[in-house]
Amino acid sequence: MSAGSATATLTLAQHLPVLQVVVPLLAAPLCVLLGSRKLVWPLAFIASAITFLIATLLLMKVLDGSVISYHIGGWAPPLGIEYRIDAANAFVLFLVSGISTIVLLYAREYVAAIIPPASQLLFYACFLLCLTGLLGVAATGDAFNTFVFLEISSLSTYVLIAMGAGRDKRALTAAFDYLIMGTIGATFFVIGIGLLYMATGTLNMADLSDRISDMGDNRTVRAAFAFIVVGMGLKVAIYPLHLWLPNAYTHAPSVVTAFLAATATKVAIYVLMRFMFSVFQPGFVFETYTLEFVILPFAILAMFAASIVAVFQTNLKRMLAYSSIAQIGYMLLGISFITKTGLTAAIIHLFNHGITKGALFMAVGAYVLRTGNSFLDRLEGLGKAMPWTSAAFVIGGLSLIGVPGTAGFISKWVLITAAIEKGWWLVAVLIVASSLLAVIYIWKVIEVLYMREVPDGAHHQEVPGSMLVPIWILALSSIYFGFDTSLTMSAANTAADSLLSGF
Amino acid sequence: MRHHLILRVITKLLVGPIMLFALYVQFHGDFSPGGGFQAGVIFAVAFILYGIVFGLHKVQHVFPPWLVHKMMALGALIYAGTGVVSLFLNHTYLDYSALAHHPEHGQHYGIFAVELGVGVTVSAVMVAIYYAFAARPPRLSDEEW
Repeated sequence: MSAGSATATLTLAQHLPVLQVVVPLLAAPLCVLLGSRKLVWPLAFIASAITFLIATLLLMKVLDGSVISYHIGGWAPPLGIEYRIDAANAFVLFLVSGISTIVLLYAREYVAAIIPPASQLLFYACFLLCLTGLLGVAATGDAFNTFVFLEISSLSTYVLIAMGAGRDKRALTAAFDYLIMGTIGATFFVIGIGLLYMATGTLNMADLSDRISDMGDNRTVRAAFAFIVVGMGLKVAIYPLHLWLPNAYTHAPSVVTAFLAATATKVAIYVLMRFMFSVFQPGFVFETYTLEFVILPFAILAMFAASIVAVFQTNLKRMLAYSSIAQIGYMLLGISFITKTGLTAAIIHLFNHGITKGALFMAVGAYVLRTGNSFLDRLEGLGKAMPWTSAAFVIGGLSLIGVPGTAGFISKWVLITAAIEKGWWLVAVLIVASSLLAVIYIWKVIEVLYMREVPDGAHHQEVPGSMLVPIWILALSSIYFGFDTSLTMSAANTAADSLLSGF
Repeated sequence: MRHHLILRVITKLLVGPIMLFALYVQFHGDFSPGGGFQAGVIFAVAFILYGIVFGLHKVQHVFPPWLVHKMMALGALIYAGTGVVSLFLNHTYLDYSALAHHPEHGQHYGIFAVELGVGVTVSAVMVAIYYAFAARPPRLSDEEW
């Protein structure tokens, strides 16, 4: 009955795939049970650091292209739930747990200053639950399990966004908007999975993939594909489905924005890739059309429209939120090529943009902490008053533009290579042109920070070191990954291979 | 509700049996329909009924909001903790066979523990929802945590 009785001795190393998810899952209720505001931060930080350690170990193991499979409860797949770690999701786990650890380092001072004392425990509990959900989505090899973890991360995200209400009541409507949109997305996703289950009778992704390719074209499977793409599209914020994103990012506490911008949409993109290339094979005719005639035009539209909207924003946080929508366009563009290089570009941009946006939003959080909000006219002359934060912001901005020597350059380089490889010269030109739009909005900020006089009476101090260190870790790593691409390139390459080869 | 003698007496009589029935549904769940979700809701109903008839103040005296919060977390911890126990007993996560010599008994105990966790969390969540609807709950003061 149970495969567990046959199991030989298991070492700790073999439990890593599940521990990755279970550690924050245990830490979240412990935060509430401990009930001490002094202990909750160390607990959350240690839990997150452990997940990062585990993710690093897992990534090292699977970089050679091998796959780790873990059977929950000793039930073998396809009946039981399987956690399946290959290069693609190990890389995402590495990004998510790394960002969360760095953001938590930053969160201690920020949360103490911004979040009301009575909510601080719940903040860390929700943060850990969100981390659990995101890690679970990435780690699992079971389609329905993906949905469950997606809901865990989404529900806690709504709460985290609403916690911005202490400063700005609009956080509540932003959270509610996201709640409605996110729920529609999750519902569409689960309808898609339901249809797949109806057509194939299985929920295990590897098994699904086999059966779908055996079945050939089928109306139920087509409908499932459409539901899954639209559902995940809402979570990813693909261009016309992005309406929840600007408000949610703007009104959430900056520490939450930094975490979400760097991880939540990235995990959703991973799920989209996993379903498009592993569960549904690229040979699935319907998919080729979807990618070429739906995803590709919308990706290019996002690159331009969202960037142009970003140029005209007066609120720095909202500007970066629109820039995120544009950057998601680049990742989708990479996906829509349906080539290995295109997929590599999407994955490497997913990582590089994660660290870049994390650094930028944390720097914005530092400004918010000192000036009260993030409107550009409040930031005049802050380049001198807060030199460290501003310098980190400039580095992040350069990486966002894609200046050579930064991580952003590498991902755009690979993306342009992929476009040229396909012979789509026009697309390659459009990528460069839209990057120029990023120059405009980043320059607008630099001008405000460094070339305006400090308004009379304004006197702002630099934020404490415990916030500067995490900002600089991400800022420096966005330079580091611009020079040393061995880790990111090999991981993205192997990941693209394992996604394309199916299971 | 001071004048509704019948309501008050009947409620007082009912609260006990409702809780007992909840425990029956909880622990008999592996032989008959039931389990943590249903039992948790029934258990919460006892408190909600008490709250409707005697007022929010009274029920919160019996089952204070801070305890509701802790129980929500405790249930989740019981569930996840069961999985960790089997992990330490050299099986995969949530493999209940680890919990006894005979795998069949192990599965039995495992479901038992997990359902208990579900029951605790569900009853606390149902009561919390009632509290949230019945009144704007007083914000927890720092000391209560």
